[in-house]
Amino acid sequence: MATAEHVVSQDAFEPSLFGTYSKKIGMWLFLASDSLTFGALLFAFSYNRIYTNPWPTPFHAESIANATVMTACLLSSSLTMVLAVFAAQRHDRAWTRNWLLATMVFGTAFIVLHGMEWSKLIGEGLSVPGFATLLGVTNSSTTGEYAEITKNVPQFAQAFFGLTAMHMLHVTVGVIYLGIVAFRKWFLPALAVIWIAGALLIPAGNVFHDPIHVLGIGLVVAAVVLLLKPKDYDAHDVEVCGLYWHFVDLVWMFIFPLVYLMSTKVS
Amino acid sequence: MHDVATHDDSKGQYFWVWGALLVLTAIEVVLGYKQVFSPVRMLEVLLFLSVIKSALIIGYFMHLKFERPLMRWLLVVSVTACFVIMYFFFFPDADRIIHLGVN
Repeated sequence: MATAEHVVSQDAFEPSLFGTYSKKIGMWLFLASDSLTFGALLFAFSYNRIYTNPWPTPFHAESIANATVMTACLLSSSLTMVLAVFAAQRHDRAWTRNWLLATMVFGTAFIVLHGMEWSKLIGEGLSVPGFATLLGVTNSSTTGEYAEITKNVPQFAQAFFGLTAMHMLHVTVGVIYLGIVAFRKWFLPALAVIWIAGALLIPAGNVFHDPIHVLGIGLVVAAVVLLLKPKDYDAHDVEVCGLYWHFVDLVWMFIFPLVYLMSTKVS
Repeated sequence: MHDVATHDDSKGQYFWVWGALLVLTAIEVVLGYKQVFSPVRMLEVLLFLSVIKSALIIGYFMHLKFERPLMRWLLVVSVTACFVIMYFFFFPDADRIIHLGVN
């Protein structure tokens, strides 16, 4: 039986139209489509904002300060991501891993701060009718300022939680993506420990009691990716995952002013 | 295989961009607290600042500034065109609802 030899010269392929490698073009195309997803959500939020009069302004100084720190975390994570790409281009594995880890820490801080704010708002009565029950939330107040907003302007809570949940999911996926690129198979046990610890420690009735299992889904996907195609991620992979991470930062640059600053309560 | 970065990179410019993004964020927060503008004018100002911030992130952090002009223009024009189409779908209706006096 003859063995086919696949010796193909580089001239056999047309040069890339965009002058760069295909993984990067693929990520750019994904980000272009994902920007339309967030664009539609932001337009829907703005639509609600325009036709609802009066629009609730529930975010006190404490919420704005929290969201400002979250913004600073994401902006700083973008800087550490750029430094990771530089280190990867120098083939400096140790500093690539360190900067990616720093990016993950900033991303995780963002998620934790956002989760704490969500829990506080839900505890004070801001919730999406039906959805909170579906998630088993039991600690939501039925009286007070936020409960009134839920009752009288339900579109506020729907738009707020819909938009920020979508973004938080993207940040979570981004942290897992960075973990895979930085630590490869060594990231799997760490992710498993975080998932199990979260599932055990987050009390029933908290809004994140069930959604923590997103990490379990992430663990399965990461395991499939790493086991089916084990590889040593190079500078191109670091740059491509950086594109995704900067996009998550970019989207927040619109969510923060539109959702938080346009609904600030000046006391 | 193409090089990851074929442009003249210096780390310093990324620190400047990061600083500019933090300063612009601080300006946004101050504007949000002070509420010196009417809501519509505030929306315009905040969106203007957000567009500047996103241009810095896309241009420098995502390196689009250093890509080929074809890739740069194709991505920016196509996504912007989609947003313009969305604008004409959403906002005339929101404006119409206000003028119908539904509120």
